[in-house]
Amino acid sequence: MSALVATETADLEAPPRRRGFPGVALIRSTHGLQRAMLLSGLVVIVVFVVVAVFAPLIAPYGFNADRANGVIFGTQQPPSAAHWFGTTVGGQDVLSRVIFGARTALTVIVLAVAISLTLGAPLGVISGYVGGKVDRVLVLITDALYAFPSLLLAIVVSIMITGGRSTPVGGIIAAALSITVVFVPQYFRVVRNQTVSVKHEPFVDAARITGAKPGRIMFRHVLPNVSQTIPVLATLNASEAILTLAGLGFLGFGIEPSAAAEWGYDLNKALSDATNGIWWTGIYPGLAIVIVVAGVTLVGESLNDILNPMLRTRGAGTTTADEQEIVLATELDATTGGHAAGPADPTADSPTSEQEDGR
Amino acid sequence: MNVKILPRSPLVRYLLVRLALIVPTVWILVSVVFFFMRVIGDPITASQGGRLSAAQLAARRAAAGFDRPILQQYGEYLGGLLHGDFGTALTDHRKISEVLITNGAATLELTFWALIVAFVVGIPLGRLAARYRDKLPDVTIRTFAVLVYAAPVFFVGLLLKLLFSATLGWLPASGRASAGVEIALNNVNPKTNVMIIDAILYGDPGYILDVLRHAILPALALGLLTAGVFIRLIRINLLETMRTDYVTAARARGVPERLVVRKHAFRNALVPVVTVMGMQIAIMLGGAILTETTFEWQGLGYVLSHYLLARDFVAVQGIVTAIAVVVAVSSFLIDVINALVDPRVRY
Amino acid sequence: MSASRATTPGAGTPMLALDHLSVTFRSDAGPVHAVREVSFDVAPGEIVAVVGESGSGKSVSSRALLGLLPGTASVGGSARIDGVELTTLGGESMRRVRGDRIAMIFQEPATSLDPVRTVGWQVMEALRAHRRMSRRAAHRRAVELLDLVGIPDPERRVHSYPHQMSGGQKQRVMIAIAISCEPELIIADEPTTALDVTVQAAILDLLRGLRDRLGTAIVLITHNMGVVADLADRVVVMYRGQVVEQAPVAQLFAAPAHPYTQRLLAAVPYLGQGRSSHAVPGAEPATPAGSTVATDRSGPDVDAARATSLGTPGAISGEPAPSSGTPALAVRDLVVEFPGRLGSPRVRAVDGVSLTIAPGRVLGLVGESGSGKTTVGRTVVGLVPATSGSIDVFGTDLRTASPHTLRDLRRRFGFVFQDPAASLNPRASVGACIAEPLSVHKVGTDASRHKRVAELLEAVELPAAFAKRYPHELSGGQRQRVSLARALVLGPDLLIADEPTSALDVSVQATVLHLFQELQREMGFACLFISHDLAVVDIVAHDVAVMSLGQLVEVGTTAEVLSAPRHPYTRALLAAVPVPDPAAQRERREERAALLAAGSVAS
Repeated sequence: MSALVATETADLEAPPRRRGFPGVALIRSTHGLQRAMLLSGLVVIVVFVVVAVFAPLIAPYGFNADRANGVIFGTQQPPSAAHWFGTTVGGQDVLSRVIFGARTALTVIVLAVAISLTLGAPLGVISGYVGGKVDRVLVLITDALYAFPSLLLAIVVSIMITGGRSTPVGGIIAAALSITVVFVPQYFRVVRNQTVSVKHEPFVDAARITGAKPGRIMFRHVLPNVSQTIPVLATLNASEAILTLAGLGFLGFGIEPSAAAEWGYDLNKALSDATNGIWWTGIYPGLAIVIVVAGVTLVGESLNDILNPMLRTRGAGTTTADEQEIVLATELDATTGGHAAGPADPTADSPTSEQEDGR
Repeated sequence: MNVKILPRSPLVRYLLVRLALIVPTVWILVSVVFFFMRVIGDPITASQGGRLSAAQLAARRAAAGFDRPILQQYGEYLGGLLHGDFGTALTDHRKISEVLITNGAATLELTFWALIVAFVVGIPLGRLAARYRDKLPDVTIRTFAVLVYAAPVFFVGLLLKLLFSATLGWLPASGRASAGVEIALNNVNPKTNVMIIDAILYGDPGYILDVLRHAILPALALGLLTAGVFIRLIRINLLETMRTDYVTAARARGVPERLVVRKHAFRNALVPVVTVMGMQIAIMLGGAILTETTFEWQGLGYVLSHYLLARDFVAVQGIVTAIAVVVAVSSFLIDVINALVDPRVRY
Repeated sequence: MSASRATTPGAGTPMLALDHLSVTFRSDAGPVHAVREVSFDVAPGEIVAVVGESGSGKSVSSRALLGLLPGTASVGGSARIDGVELTTLGGESMRRVRGDRIAMIFQEPATSLDPVRTVGWQVMEALRAHRRMSRRAAHRRAVELLDLVGIPDPERRVHSYPHQMSGGQKQRVMIAIAISCEPELIIADEPTTALDVTVQAAILDLLRGLRDRLGTAIVLITHNMGVVADLADRVVVMYRGQVVEQAPVAQLFAAPAHPYTQRLLAAVPYLGQGRSSHAVPGAEPATPAGSTVATDRSGPDVDAARATSLGTPGAISGEPAPSSGTPALAVRDLVVEFPGRLGSPRVRAVDGVSLTIAPGRVLGLVGESGSGKTTVGRTVVGLVPATSGSIDVFGTDLRTASPHTLRDLRRRFGFVFQDPAASLNPRASVGACIAEPLSVHKVGTDASRHKRVAELLEAVELPAAFAKRYPHELSGGQRQRVSLARALVLGPDLLIADEPTSALDVSVQATVLHLFQELQREMGFACLFISHDLAVVDIVAHDVAVMSLGQLVEVGTTAEVLSAPRHPYTRALLAAVPVPDPAAQRERREERAALLAAGSVAS
């Protein structure tokens, strides 16, 4: 899954800054199907976050409850009016567990993405900009970790953190940290490679010639031009975080069922049910994963498509500003060449025409 | 690095350097795994803690040498690896190197089937999506790609089992072969542990069919995941190469569109695809762990999850280390393929 | 073979006829009319130049002929080749025209060849797209074609991959592909823009030879009036999607009718009309000392350089210490090496260069790609470490100066880059970009910086309101003005300008050069002006230094070097520059042929 991140962010380039509220401008810059993909992804994310935050209000029962008002639910009950999604092999309400599972997933995503971002991105900028031996060693290490199956790495870290035994308290944090270790190399790689390509841009050279100190160059000139890739990477990572969390849970290395509801764990328990034709214990947590990951991925992909200039449909080539400039430089009225091509560009407006007369 | 000792051919030089890079990569991974897993203490306590008294634990630790300085253990472990000794499992006392050979063959077989699924599904769909960019086929295929990426392999596996096994009863739900077949194939000589080869060697078409039927669902579950990545990769790279000047130039000299796509755009699109395939191997191995657990496919991932549940960290460490070696070596092989595909690397 | 194909009986009958051809692109902001009702004819064997700047629609109209436009384009009007309508042609029938009847040569030979196929494979592919021939016959023909376009050792080179060839060779391969099926017409879209002048001259010779030998008509799309004067029979001038004028080449240059053509021709820098035409040095700004240059390497270069140095009025040979005091820049025995690719030896980019610039003087450093001229500039400002030698700025050696001294020194020089789009931080406003050196050196308060930015914007003739804009909102020329403002904000005594106008259109270049000259006169900074364009250097530089393969080959005042070059390389370089005057260019071409025949051109 990390391969996805690598390819999708390989050719990212900073888009020109837009004025006004960034999200609106972003959506406005899309069209047709792309916009539909972006919007449906955003809707999924919003629903997911709302469900996660208000889980106790939405869920009919507690995630670990096997009875309500003294009535035992019963195990592996098919969907009914009382239990829309049925009950699990442990006798819990599937719907409640799915809803509380969103909460666990969101917590882990936020923790994992935030921690790995704060570690990986600055490290990447510094390593990429400073270069030399430190850079080479860091690249070697992160490349090695990056090439390694992320799930295995998460398992190893999980073992290290928990000591091989599940502690109910540290479950969520342990899972988040395990995933963090997987993601730090990713952020590091992407940000570092971007830094390396940006640091040879003439505008960075210009700052260097001026005598700006490395810190200023890194955080004033390089980082703002690298940070464009981070939203894409973060969304793609968020979806990967959910999958890794579920994978950990599936293998019994996630969060204990009594500590929190976790989709992967429930799927593991549902595995033997499936052989017996009991579908409701597995389908619902599985669908929850698919929908959330697909929603987040759609947003990530659309962002990438929008921000990746290589894939944007190209227009007629030169900008209107350039064309206008020639008009001004040759002191010709636009009417000489017929009607103006395209809408008049305010950036090349009349004030310059007098100035350009200096020639 | 001494320039003089390097051979003149740039390709050989490149590959030698690349080969030399495997050593530090493997070393880093082995060390990371070793120290991460030993930070928590020793494997004996992890697996037997609570079941044995403190004195018994100490005795076991001493017997296994886990009470000596960590660096000494590290050195011995590295030394053992060089001789192909990955240690012995604490729980069932199997030699890990043997586990690697027998169960590794099963994982290899699963990965092979899954790769076939990935290629057969991923590449044509990716080309189709690129061809009908932003049209209905593209949207459908991309949605499919997002969905197979978003669905965890164990969920896809569960769905496949529900549909084809529990409901329709067409295909077996788990295992690599029916019990009788498996017993019969145990007597094949030489036994390769790759079940399809064993079945072919045995020579019974019914057995071959049985093995194939068992492989279908796991291969689909694991293969679709990779197919999703292939679709996106092929699509995005084809779209990029279709915009290049050399594609326009080929069109301008009257090369038929079909050939322009096949001989220029697709061929060049493969260059980055091959690179990513190197990483894909790691992802497939990760997915194999989950797939094998889902389908009780007795591969490395299956035993690994067993050892994990048993907290047998000596075995886990051995298997994880072996996977690290496989990943490093296969990424080298990918670079060799890359050099063959891209003349700019070759010269 | 044109005879065998001559479906057009009379010479006056056009072979290609464009009649009110229009191209419109759909875009988010509404339709963009890139080409509007363009009409012109091409006779068999004729070379027609289509001239225009960015946005003139010259490339779009030619691609419309072959149906190579993206799906967002719609084509109206008519374009016929020998009576066959091209605009309505599609699928297989269009494919049969492409390459067989009309072939195309592109601007960027580096990206127009498939990197994973050998050049021979690509020539054979073109042959077999239209001719039924065996692989062996196609291979034989490919070798012949490579030989025809002047690729040495074609039997071996046919197996080369594009990245193993030089830019000029790649363009020759593109031409071999274009002529492989003996088309009636070749469309050459800026065929020499990406190439050095000497290579350009050779490619132009090749194209002319093909026309003479094969009778192929050529539509030459270019912005370079020198190339037009060199090659074209007739000229079509395009401006904002329309044809504003068409005339035979001699007439167009002698008496341009349309105001746009007149201004375009006036804007073209003309080698021999700048400082080199002023024989008297007194016409230059009253700066006492000239620039001196010497190379300490042995060989013929040294003699050439020495000779020139000695001949420079007011200059002292060898030692860079003009009478007026400390030179603004004194480079001595500069050597710059880069580590080679893994396992290859180090690459020596600059090999023992010495040069001096006196305060207030502009030294033009010229050379072709790979000559090391840009590396000299980057080394002088400290972007590239020098391997050996010394760089004195106002008497202080940069290589031994303390960090503190270095910081102070940096305040005294500015730098202008080639690519105006990339040299401004896209995330900073124009005002912040210009004020950057002030904040780095902690000069003044916010208010005083604002004031200074406004002053500078005025100096570079941009409205003060531009301070709030972002670089991407500006045009290329405007961005380059902002770069210039940033370079001058600290009031430097030394400016390093690396190809500051080469990315700009001709008419925009003219205004920026003019601005540069004015500012230089007013502020009196010394300048190292790096350029590949001898005509531009002729306009702005007091002195010229010529570099080739990392070494200085000649140096002197602009008049001396450009009017009376001593070194054979300089002579070859000068001879290769096409001048925008058909009659003069014909003479120059003959001179160059004589020069080549004499075999004195440095390789």
